[in-house]
Amino acid sequence: MKLLKTLGLATALTLATGGVMAQSDDPLSVGFIYVGPIGDFGWSYQHEQGRLAIEEHFGDAVETTYIESVPEGDSERVIRRMAQDGTDLIFTTSFGYMTPTLRVAGQFPETMFEHATGYQRADNVSVYSGRFYEGRTVQGILAGHMTESNVIGYIASFPIPEVIRGINAAYLAAKSVNPDVEFKIVWVSTWFDPAKEADAANALIEQGADVIMQHTDSTAPMTIAEATWDNLGEDETGIYAFGQASDMLEFGPNARLSSIIDNWNPYYIERVQAVMDGTWESADSWHGIGQGTTTIGAFNINIPEDVAAEAQAALDAIAAGELHPFTGPVNKQDGSVWLAEGETADDGTLLGMNFYVEGIEGAIPN
Amino acid sequence: MMEVIGLNADVTIQQSLFYILTTLLPIMVIAATPLVLASTGELIVEKSGVLNLGVEGMMVMGAVIGFITAVETGTPVAGFILAAVAGGLLALIFGFLTQVLLSNQVATGLALTLFGLGLAALMGQTYTGIRPPQTARIDIPFVSDAPVLGQMLFSYDWIVYFALALVGAVWWFLNRTRAGLVLRAVGENHDAAHALGYRVIAIRLAAIAFGGACAGMGGAYLSLVRVPQWSEGMTAGIGWIALAIVVFASWKPGRVIIGAWLFGGVTILQLNIQAANLNVLGIAAIVLAVVTIGMIALNLRSMTAKNWIRVAFLGALALLSWAMALTWPAFRLDSAYLSMTPYLMTIVVLVAISGDRTRAALNAPASLGRVFHASS
Repeated sequence: MKLLKTLGLATALTLATGGVMAQSDDPLSVGFIYVGPIGDFGWSYQHEQGRLAIEEHFGDAVETTYIESVPEGDSERVIRRMAQDGTDLIFTTSFGYMTPTLRVAGQFPETMFEHATGYQRADNVSVYSGRFYEGRTVQGILAGHMTESNVIGYIASFPIPEVIRGINAAYLAAKSVNPDVEFKIVWVSTWFDPAKEADAANALIEQGADVIMQHTDSTAPMTIAEATWDNLGEDETGIYAFGQASDMLEFGPNARLSSIIDNWNPYYIERVQAVMDGTWESADSWHGIGQGTTTIGAFNINIPEDVAAEAQAALDAIAAGELHPFTGPVNKQDGSVWLAEGETADDGTLLGMNFYVEGIEGAIPN
Repeated sequence: MMEVIGLNADVTIQQSLFYILTTLLPIMVIAATPLVLASTGELIVEKSGVLNLGVEGMMVMGAVIGFITAVETGTPVAGFILAAVAGGLLALIFGFLTQVLLSNQVATGLALTLFGLGLAALMGQTYTGIRPPQTARIDIPFVSDAPVLGQMLFSYDWIVYFALALVGAVWWFLNRTRAGLVLRAVGENHDAAHALGYRVIAIRLAAIAFGGACAGMGGAYLSLVRVPQWSEGMTAGIGWIALAIVVFASWKPGRVIIGAWLFGGVTILQLNIQAANLNVLGIAAIVLAVVTIGMIALNLRSMTAKNWIRVAFLGALALLSWAMALTWPAFRLDSAYLSMTPYLMTIVVLVAISGDRTRAALNAPASLGRVFHASS
């Protein structure tokens, strides 16, 4: 009984201070959970840029914290601790944080959560993501033209819809400009492991791939591609690659064809402002090239003019909403019809995508 | 561009063997080298009765220091040497805390990992996006160019041979020298060793520093050869695998090589099986056949009945997998299962060790992780 009383008192106190806090000039506390180190120069680095943008925009009105390299399997403990520390708004920035975020959110109804790339919401959990697959279409066009071996290597992380979407979008675009193109896909079961990503890139190059795409967070595959440009004879070209989540230009001045750059800054500033204004509510945001959430890095100067123009045209058409990366006719891998002539994919199917399109070989791991 | 050689139904056995021996094997050896180095170092540490869980931290320190040194001096050799020094110094912090101040070894080791990761990230901040000078490969005229054997045995950088020589040296030290005997005595029973007049703490500090130096070199191998770049947190858990290998090897140097090849090799194998669309069953058949022939060759003079049974069993397995490979050419093993195998084997070894009677047989140092104080 005594314990209950104490607990009740504590709750009352917490509520009271919470009420006071909302009215006072205390800075709003915003927390970030990253799956890799902020220095990965890929996915987590780009989210960190968003956090810094918040600091710069709001100055003393916010107080931000972050925890990096949080394994998805152990994330619930870390998210809970951040919530317990009284953080008002928490961004959890990896797909695997979805269930842990929802669990902690259930226990902390006053805390607001934003989960990146997930699909499950709650009253205090928003989801947000970028339409990265729009960028994959641009990459596919470049890769399909630039490959000489007609083998494109793809380093994939986990078999989740976001990654499968990227593979399909890139394949359809590459195939549309080069009917002989073939995709070799290696699943590495990690978001960040430079050594393993480098090994995967080497394995793909060994099997004849001369353009490498990646859906992992480190710059290692780019470094491997760039190394092939050393000691080349005349008329020889090395392996090409694409910057992923961040530009990665400094890691592959010769090898990098272009890049998909995630720009979270506007969204992060908008959401923090919403909390300050008291207008924050659970939302679902999925923006792409048109809204500037997904941006495309400058094209490599070695790309022939007509190829660059074709990729730029696709980029502009996607930005204007005139071109959808998944436009029929498209069949599934087993030959059954997915999209009829002229039909475009709906967001529901894209969000749950668990199949390859026709022409891609191999099976998606379980 | 290299010819695409997979072990599909339309590829001959010779071609598959050629692919495995000249392409897969060298990559597997390279992937295993950081593990060989780090595990051998940790083996000496544990043989002296100390459990240092900070391998990951020492490796990442070696990775960053080795990288910075190699970039600044232009000589990878200097990078490896300073990486060893840095790993050793970091290990001595652990040594001072646990041996002199008698702090808890597990907690201090974990702290060392966190400290190493943080410090390395700080030191390496301005070194991203740079590529290090290339580490020299051993190139013996004619021999290195020999078909198959040249690529199999003589196509590596010098660190690979250094690591193997180190394992041999550690075996010799532990089993054939007086100093090695003293080190083992300290690890088995520190009170008895102390009573005999051996300086337990000094010996353990030396072992800890050696372990750190090896881990540092292993880390430098990642940033100078395997990736090659500096990237924050680039060890990504490899230090923990090195720790598991010591247990897997049941504290025997020779088995460390097998463990490192298995753990490092399986990663490479699963990536290449996917990229080359290899037939897993066919590979298993070839590996089993090679092991069978190897067993016969090694034991030719003294083939006991027991050995014959083993050989017959392995040979039958090889034939069975080959028959299965031919029957289901499209059979694909989910790569997730393959990545699991080393961990499963470690769990089996750990379970076996936890039983007290097998513990001694499995060679675990009796004083492992116990605090030593001269007065006790």
